[in-house]
Amino acid sequence: MNQHTPFAALEIRGLKKTFDRPAVDRLDLLVRRGEFYSLLGPNGAGKTTTLRMVAGLLHPDAGTISVCGIDALADPVSAKQIMAWVSDEPMIYDKLTPLEYLEFVAGLWRIDSATAERRANELIEWLGLAPHAHERCEGFSKGMRQKVALAGALVHDPTLIILDEPLTGLDAGSARQVKNVLRERVAAGGTVIMTTHILEVAERMADRIGVIAGGRLIAEGTLDELRRRAGKGDTSLEDTFLALVAEQTQAA
Amino acid sequence: MSHAASLTFFAHHEFRLAWRDWLAMLTAGKARRVRVVALALAAFALFMHFVAYSVVAQFAEIEVDADRGTLVVITGCAVLAWSLLMSQAMESVTRSFYARSDLDLILSSPVIARRVFAVRIATIASSTMVMAVLLAAPFINVLAWHGGARWLAAYGVVLAVGAIAAALSVTLTVALFRTIGPKRTRLAAQIVAAVIGAIFVIGLQMAAIVSYGTISQLTFLRSDALVEVVPAIESFVWWPARAVLGDLTALAAVVTIAFAALAASVAAFSTRFGEHAIAAAGVSNGGVSQRRRAFRTVSPKRALRRKEWTLLVRDPWLASQTLMQLLYLLPPALMLWQAFGQRADDLVLLVPVLVMAAGQLAGGLAWLAISGEDAPDLVTTAPVPAPWIVRAKVEAVAGGVAVIFAPFLLAMAMASPRDALAAACGIAAAVLSSTLIQLWFRTQARRKHFRRRQTSSRIATFAEAFSSISWAATAGLAASGKWQAAITGLIAVLILAGARAVSPHKSH
Repeated sequence: MNQHTPFAALEIRGLKKTFDRPAVDRLDLLVRRGEFYSLLGPNGAGKTTTLRMVAGLLHPDAGTISVCGIDALADPVSAKQIMAWVSDEPMIYDKLTPLEYLEFVAGLWRIDSATAERRANELIEWLGLAPHAHERCEGFSKGMRQKVALAGALVHDPTLIILDEPLTGLDAGSARQVKNVLRERVAAGGTVIMTTHILEVAERMADRIGVIAGGRLIAEGTLDELRRRAGKGDTSLEDTFLALVAEQTQAA
Repeated sequence: MSHAASLTFFAHHEFRLAWRDWLAMLTAGKARRVRVVALALAAFALFMHFVAYSVVAQFAEIEVDADRGTLVVITGCAVLAWSLLMSQAMESVTRSFYARSDLDLILSSPVIARRVFAVRIATIASSTMVMAVLLAAPFINVLAWHGGARWLAAYGVVLAVGAIAAALSVTLTVALFRTIGPKRTRLAAQIVAAVIGAIFVIGLQMAAIVSYGTISQLTFLRSDALVEVVPAIESFVWWPARAVLGDLTALAAVVTIAFAALAASVAAFSTRFGEHAIAAAGVSNGGVSQRRRAFRTVSPKRALRRKEWTLLVRDPWLASQTLMQLLYLLPPALMLWQAFGQRADDLVLLVPVLVMAAGQLAGGLAWLAISGEDAPDLVTTAPVPAPWIVRAKVEAVAGGVAVIFAPFLLAMAMASPRDALAAACGIAAAVLSSTLIQLWFRTQARRKHFRRRQTSSRIATFAEAFSSISWAATAGLAASGKWQAAITGLIAVLILAGARAVSPHKSH
């Protein structure tokens, strides 16, 4: 990365990834530090592929990715050290307890024992998992598993948290807890990037929203800016989103 | 739907699922492979007829009024087949309790559940019998070709052995459910099935070791000592053996008893089968409280190794799946103990057994550590270089194998250092080969799909087996001081090179 925007938590330039067809097509994206950024788009728009490339789960065909000034493609280990990834399908170990899972994650991120234990206990308490802290995860519901995965993402105190559809399948109570945790992180100066199909969540939580379609960013801004861009006046995000996507489809 | 119609309907449904399962297992779910698989099966059947010819053609002239020694050997073979079929049938019954995803649909439909489960038990029995017939067919065909049509009666005995195995497996599994409950039955049935499958072979080997100092089970079956203590020649114990030789009265009795037992088990257990299947579906594995110690974070590599071992130790079902093959190490262990200090020359026989077992064990552990990673995203997004992750997982595999085989090698080193050195080198080569093959053919899978690992890549499965066999032969020949070890070693290296050439991941 030759030029880095100083206030950027994530800066993507000319990102490309092709499978059978282009999934991400010369994408440029900038997310500021301390921002809650929501990435929206229809199915197959390239949201998850983009974020998986940022998290180091996929290698791009072209382009650059910078995480807080660190070139994530040239120095992935340093970039991963300050980043956390949470997918829609919580991937945890059935035979470990939540605390053991967090201890394992802390080991991977090289957090010292005392700090890791303090943070783990705080997160377990915060996410309402305390009664189950010493039970193996195999009997947990989807919501509980997602909360364990989220605790794992937060235990190493990341600067940037990337979440791919984290609220899918959660009940109202669990979704509320997850949203509260994410708000707290942003209030504490962290950056959150989240994809979601639940537009009300993006509408209420995001500082800025990016709309992606056909692997490209077709619109970006606050909710009001997007409404103006779509020429939809005082409508819901759903109407605005559908208008933007329809406009892009017609243009294509 | 009438009673008969519903039975036919469910039978058709069950057989269709069983057929597709079998086909998917052979073709790894790729439809275009069907023709190749069919050709391979035809070639295999032909090959097995050649093998059968070399093994049993010489016995085709044995008459119906054979002596007790012959009846003992035939009965021994039948019991061996029964134990293997029983083990397989127990696996099928357990799977139908725990792994079928259609219970909700069936039990919420307006049909009598007892009928569905009666058909399901009958399907398990049919699958067991078909497998028995397929395995025995080359031998029976060769005997019938050389000794006359009377040998075809053996097909009836094979079907009867399959039916008895299925009936007993259902009875035993239901008994386990009733005595120890659904939560423990899955593991217990797994262990019982493996023990039943192995115990006859192991028992014969142990008897042969104790009596004659050799690991060959046939030596014991053919021994005068055994023939002297078995029942008289008129005893009903010999009916199956007589039926195999073409005694139609004995055949009718054996088949009638076997199918009556199967019908009785279907009638008796079809209702309970349903109840237990529901109970199994409702089993929760959660709620196990762990005593908590203080946090002790370690380096990423150590954390990965510790995680692998913890997951394996905490999953008794998976551990039993992986370690059950070590049952076959019991006879070598006995032989080691017996030979200690007196018959050190015999120890060379154990070298290939240990190497083969280590290679197979490493293959299973490597699959779990490399492909069976339940949180691949977490491990990949961790700030750890990818080669470290691979190295930590390989170390976890090697450590597990070392813990199991070190006592054997130490005991062997005290009796025969040269054999121990050959075994240690063979084990190291076999473990490294199996692990590399699993790395080259890695896929993303869940640990609970361990049983399906062999269907995901036939090449990996065969490469792993043949490399273990080649290293076992190399170590055995090297321990005997034979120069042919160089040839088998070269074959092992070529197998490895071939596997790497066709593998999807060649970077390691």
